[in-house]
Parts: sequence; structure tokens; C-alpha cells
Amino acid sequence: MIVAGVDVGSLTAKAVILQNDKILASAVLRATPSPSQSAQAVMDMALAQAGLSQDDVAFTVGTGYGRKQIDFVNHVESEISCHARGAVWNLPSVRSIIDIGGQDAKAARIDENGNVERYGYNDKCASGTGRFLEVMAEALEVPLEDMGDLDLKATRDVSISNQCVVFAETEVISLVNKAYEVPDIVKGLHKAMAGRVAALAKSIGMESDVAFTGGVAKNKGLARALEKALGIELKFLETDPQTNGALGAALMAAQMVAEKKSA
Amino acid sequence: MITAGCDVGSLTSKAVIIRDGRIIGSAILRSSSRPEASAQTVMGQALEQAKISQDAIEYCVGTGYGRDKIAFVNESRSEIACHARGAVWLAPATKTIIDIGGQDCKAIRLDKDGRVEKFLTNDKCAAGTGRFLEVMAKLLGVTVDDLGKMSKKSREPVTLASTCTVWAQADVIQYVNSGIPLEDVGAGVNNAMAGRVATLANAVHAQREVAMTGGVAKNPGVVKALEKLIGHKVTIIRKADPQLAGAIGAAVLASDTMAGRA
Repeated sequence: MIVAGVDVGSLTAKAVILQNDKILASAVLRATPSPSQSAQAVMDMALAQAGLSQDDVAFTVGTGYGRKQIDFVNHVESEISCHARGAVWNLPSVRSIIDIGGQDAKAARIDENGNVERYGYNDKCASGTGRFLEVMAEALEVPLEDMGDLDLKATRDVSISNQCVVFAETEVISLVNKAYEVPDIVKGLHKAMAGRVAALAKSIGMESDVAFTGGVAKNKGLARALEKALGIELKFLETDPQTNGALGAALMAAQMVAEKKSA
Repeated sequence: MITAGCDVGSLTSKAVIIRDGRIIGSAILRSSSRPEASAQTVMGQALEQAKISQDAIEYCVGTGYGRDKIAFVNESRSEIACHARGAVWLAPATKTIIDIGGQDCKAIRLDKDGRVEKFLTNDKCAAGTGRFLEVMAKLLGVTVDDLGKMSKKSREPVTLASTCTVWAQADVIQYVNSGIPLEDVGAGVNNAMAGRVATLANAVHAQREVAMTGGVAKNPGVVKALEKLIGHKVTIIRKADPQLAGAIGAAVLASDTMAGRA
């Protein structure tokens, strides 16, 4: 049985194709202003990778902020449920997840089946979301994906006093002008951002094991800062953390097909 | 008696010199990265305007975030104390002060004797500060002054869905791209700004008379929207540049100190 999950986020669209609990293909694409177009494009990419056509897919679940605008899905689910499902499939011991996306951050406690028990999120303030890092990478003129490695090269502590993206950006520019080293600034930024995310996570109450999901989880510097801020060790998924939501959606699609068959 | 006030803010530094209850010199300049240098320069300009030397100043009060780094002050006082004193000096009936600076916003309520009873500040989030307007004006390709005038021309102001300056930028871009008249978007920006400030003002239970100080007091779009939201008319300080209110308060507090000694 072949199923798929599509996660149309604010910055990227992701698709995962599963066959009998095995990942056949996964794709990530920069989202366009049209969620339906992004969804189709990323799904086509994944289908091409798997050597399949849309007709081969028995059931598709959509998620992400653009989920209601995807034409070809059979069902939609919330992002947090999908992330939870993907994380538990990866690591059955996971009881909490922290997911940082391009425009939001979420923290959730989940049960052993990957069902969400309690969750909180921030999408009101750009601080503590992927956008914070994007803006800062631009201000520092470094590629976003290099931020994690830069952090590991830091040699001294720089404290960033502002949490607001707008104010922190100015602070970063003034630090650059004062000839602070970029790696040191990056580490300071990660610490500031981790503080913000940790506050959200603590308000939900994290129970071990805690998985870090979403595209930002690839940033090892931030992950380390978050571990420090929370005082716990984070678990990382074996599969790409960025496609975890799409993976969870595909897993839900598989479950729905199975339930239909047994009904 | 000649006294002075020096307000070293994060964006601008201000100096005011008062002789016998009248302003004889004032200056505003963009702050440099060194507060002590900014203070010296801005005071130098005010002295030049007043045509007096530093020695002629009998007492000087410093305020603002850089207040502890000003070499020439006799005393430093909190921004809240200075803004409260400055507003009452400028408009004696003032009971509530709303001061919007470049990077912060303050709401101060005074008791019947003009003492600070309650105050709130936001300097954590750019929304509701002058920076919000700066960012939006730049995005709309207009000056901050022109942004202030847009509300009057607008027929159907848009509503920004997000409070956060970063997210609101996306809202604004979307409106502009969809062909909505710029003045309607600008008016929406001014309304959003007023909404954020009103939250602070309402939290201190703003009471008449409400005076507005700081650079944003010069934006009629924000002021009109704010009046609607707090249900009070807002007095715009015209006796002096509203941006100087903190420095004026500092200079007046300096005069108070001298008068108390005499």
C-alpha cells in the first residue's frame, strides 16, 4: 500500500511517500505564494523520486498552514499531530516534541501512540521562530544553513539583550560594527532564541524523551543552546527533521487506509 | 537661574537649557554608540544656541538609557520621573502621559499632585514603538511624516492581522501587492500602532488630560486613532518639541532642586 503526506509550510513545502511503513521518497521545496501550487510541485518531486504517478498513491494527508488549499489530499490534520506521529514512529520513547518552523514554534506532550496530550505554540511573535534566524543570517551576511557550524566555532560569549527580531537585528549590526566575531554573535543569537523557545516548552512541561523536529532542528548550535536552556538532552530523529510533519501525515494516511480496510 | 537636562536615548540624544522657566537652548541629535560622547555633543549644541558656556549651568540632570555615563551631570533621574515632570511643565493639567520613543513606549498616570502613580513601559517588542512606524514607512516608500498624514486621506483603512512588526510587514506587502491604495495601508499601519499603544494606556487607566510626548506625537494618524481607542482627547504638546519632553523634565527637575536649596 502506498500513501503520502504533504506539509505546506510558510517557507517550504514537504512531501513524503510511504510504502508499507517504509519511506520511498521525500522532497523539500521552497514554498511559493500559492500553497496549492507548492503542494503539487513538491508532491510531483517526491513521485518522480519514487518512480510513481499520483494514481499509485492510495491516500494522502495534508498538513501545514496551507493544508486547506491542497487539491489532491483526502484528509487534513494539524501540524502538531503530524509532528508527534512522525517523532514517535522514529523514536518510540519520545513523550514530548519541540518543533520550530519558519513562522512558528510549538511544544507538545504526547502519549505512547503519538497522540497529543497538551501543546502550546507561538505564531504571534517572530522571535523564537525560524524567521529570527533568517533575519539574523541576512544581517550577518551568512547562509542560513551555515549558522549551526558557525556557532560551534565561537570562542567567547556574546550576550544579545534583545528578543524582538527588529531590535536584535539592530543589535547584531552594531556588534558587527564593533568588530565582534561572527561565530561569537551567532552563538549569542542561538542562546537568545533558545531562551524564547525554552520558555514555551517549559510552559507545557517537557517529559523525556524530548524530540527536536522541524527544519531548525538541523541547526546544531541552536540545538545545543536549547539543551542548555532546558537542562535536558534532546533526541534527534533519524529521518530528516524538516520532513517530519509530512512523514507524520503519511503515517496517518496509512493508518486511515488500514482502518478503512478493517471496517 | 540656569539649569539643564540631558536625555541620552538609544536612538537620539536631547539637551535642554532653561533660564528662569524659559527654554533658551535645545538640541536633538542621533545617538552615537558612545553615550558620553553623544551627551557632550548635544549639550554643546544647546549651549551654543543659548550662547552660554557650560560653567553657566548651575545644575544639570541626566536621564535616558545612557544617563549613568554622562560626565557633566550633577544627578541622574529615571526617564519616567523626567517625562512626568516635563509633561506637567508643558501642560499643567496632565494626568496621563503617553510617550512613544524610537524604541519604546511608556504610559504614565499621575495622581492629583502630579506624582507618578502607575506606569508601564514596553521596550521589549518593536510593535507600538517608533521603530514600527519607521519600518512600515520604509516598506511603503514614504517618510514617517507622510505616513502620519495618510490616515486623513484614507477611506477604507486595512486591518493588519499581526501585531509583530516582522509579521505585519508581510501583511503590508500583501495589501500593497493586491493593489489596495497606499493611504489605506498607511492608515492601517497607524491604526495598528495606536492599538498597541492603547493597550498600554488602558492598562494604566488613562485619565484626562492625556498628553502625548515623544516623536510619534507628531503623527496625526496615530493620535486620532489613539483618541478613539482610549476614549479621551489627546493633548499635543506645542509649547516645545514633544521629542524634548524627557530632557525638559530633567531640566525642570534640576530647577526644582535648585529652588529647594535656595
